[in-house]
Amino acid sequence: MPATINVRDLRKSYGDVVAVDGVSFEVREGEFFGILGPNGAGKTTTLEIIEGLRKPDSGEVRVLGLPAWPRNGSLLPKIGVQLQASSFFERLSAREQIRTFASLYGAGARQADEMLETVGLTDQAGQRTEKLSGGQAQRLSIACALVHDPELLFLDEPTGALDPQARRNLWDLLRKISKSGRTVVLTTHHMDEAESLCDRVAIMDDGKILKAGPPAALVRELDQPLRISVESGLISADQAAGLTSGAVSDDGVSLSIATSEPGQVLAGLARADALTGLRVTGATLEDVFLSLTGREYRA
Amino acid sequence: MTGFTSLSRAMFLGFVRDRAALIFSILLPVLFLLFFGSIYKNSSAPKINLVTVGQVQLLTQARQADPGLAKVLAITHARSESAALASVRKGDDDAAVLEHGDRVIVRYSIADQTKAGLVNSVLGSIVQAANQAASGKAPRFTLAASQVEDKSLKPIQYFTPGLLGWALASGATFGAAITLVSWRQNKLLRRLRLAPIGTGSIVAARIWIAVAIGLIQLAVFLAIAKLPYFGLQLTAAWWMAIPLVVCGILAFMSIGLLVGAIAKTQQAATSIANLIILPMAFLGGAFIPLDFAPDWVRQASYAMPLRYLVTGMQDVMARGEGPTAALPAIGILLAFTVIVSLIAVRMFRWDDV
Repeated sequence: MPATINVRDLRKSYGDVVAVDGVSFEVREGEFFGILGPNGAGKTTTLEIIEGLRKPDSGEVRVLGLPAWPRNGSLLPKIGVQLQASSFFERLSAREQIRTFASLYGAGARQADEMLETVGLTDQAGQRTEKLSGGQAQRLSIACALVHDPELLFLDEPTGALDPQARRNLWDLLRKISKSGRTVVLTTHHMDEAESLCDRVAIMDDGKILKAGPPAALVRELDQPLRISVESGLISADQAAGLTSGAVSDDGVSLSIATSEPGQVLAGLARADALTGLRVTGATLEDVFLSLTGREYRA
Repeated sequence: MTGFTSLSRAMFLGFVRDRAALIFSILLPVLFLLFFGSIYKNSSAPKINLVTVGQVQLLTQARQADPGLAKVLAITHARSESAALASVRKGDDDAAVLEHGDRVIVRYSIADQTKAGLVNSVLGSIVQAANQAASGKAPRFTLAASQVEDKSLKPIQYFTPGLLGWALASGATFGAAITLVSWRQNKLLRRLRLAPIGTGSIVAARIWIAVAIGLIQLAVFLAIAKLPYFGLQLTAAWWMAIPLVVCGILAFMSIGLLVGAIAKTQQAATSIANLIILPMAFLGGAFIPLDFAPDWVRQASYAMPLRYLVTGMQDVMARGEGPTAALPAIGILLAFTVIVSLIAVRMFRWDDV
């Protein structure tokens, strides 16, 4: 089966600034794909080239089997694009907004209203978009991108300025959208978001893709020790050190053990009845980024 | 609904729900019209207020002989000469008139020189007419004086096209500039580019809405100026104002597009548009009728597109010229539109980067 998106050796500079520096990747049908990286890594430019908004200096992009540049009229109805929570017409209500977008794609008012229902905005349908909360506006903007039932959906930093609660709500919505069989491409600078949503991620920095793959595989590849911690005072540091070869530390609140033999450590802690407050944390994509770039991840 | 109609609808709703836009493009110009219209309402036919002391036979006779005089003269009576003179000094009355036998004495103030001159000439002619009637001979010479303009060329005839021109110019310029900048800023332009709809449809919808707003402005202005209180008299070819409005809107939209292409923020767009429109309103004949303006203003006005819109509308709406009188103005406005649009298109960017 041909890939939904095929990007080969993409390059783009603005003057002296190299925004995209030889990027290649594939997105398969039905996949939830994340492009992950700090601000200025070249994610948005890459996305814009794939959407057909910018001409690459060199390289090739095919979307649904068709070249992305020049802007391809037959491709546009098949893709949905969500740019920002504020990409709306001024002073329209949520319903008027989505109906306007629907009609640009030849979709009817009923389809628009159903989509409002899907994203849970039926109660806010009559409200001006300026009055919606950040999370509501973001859901509306996703609804506007989905109203014509596209095969491929692009989301650019969808949870950018949202509070944690609204972010979780939006994640649920995005999972639902992905389950419906659509291919979704997401750019984000939130590592946890990519880890939680994406089937595969490409980690970008300085215009290059450093690594691509399923988040869990990338983390596992790191082969970093697990971190097991329990309440302080249940077991002495010396006792704990006897359970494994890893480092042990006790800050008076928790006792932490770094280990690559979790079974042995957990069994030992259980024997000592020292499992109160147990937490087991593994490496995250942030650690992957750190190991790839040698610097702390900063969004 | 097609893309064009739904875009037009969205833009129109956005306009009528925008209080600031309504205030600046309709309410404020209408208030100016009410204001100027009221101030200058009677200035073309100034009335002379006379205050008489005792009986003035001459005036009574003159009024009986020529009832039209009542339109020019308002006569009140004072109890004493000193009261009458006090009233003239204060400016409540323009002249005090007394009769001593065959002598008619007129006391006036020089504070208002125009009025003083009018008092002298009107009363002079009344005395002359009375003398002539007393001689019992028919007059040999008569003077027939009339203005070159339509008799109805009252200030409202100037101010309506002038202020309307200003309203159209600022509405179209600000509308286009601010829409362009804010749509670029919130990435709606980019979003629309990713919809299967041509740039042509977006532009056409925007033009259509701007023209519709311009025609609404025209209708509102005419409706108000035609109220009996202001008494605008439209001349035969007034309907040529409609194509003039359309071309004026196009010309000022092109300025707005250029401003929107240059400006990065809405504040910048507003400032630049103000810098263009406000001086043009003064120099282009919108606020100061060019007939009364100093020579350098008249010279400068030839460089202002607003001049052609305003004088074109004055010609067909107020001066009674034929429909073809508007054609040069239409031609110049269209040529201006083409040139400025070409520059604007060259400067145009879809997004900030």
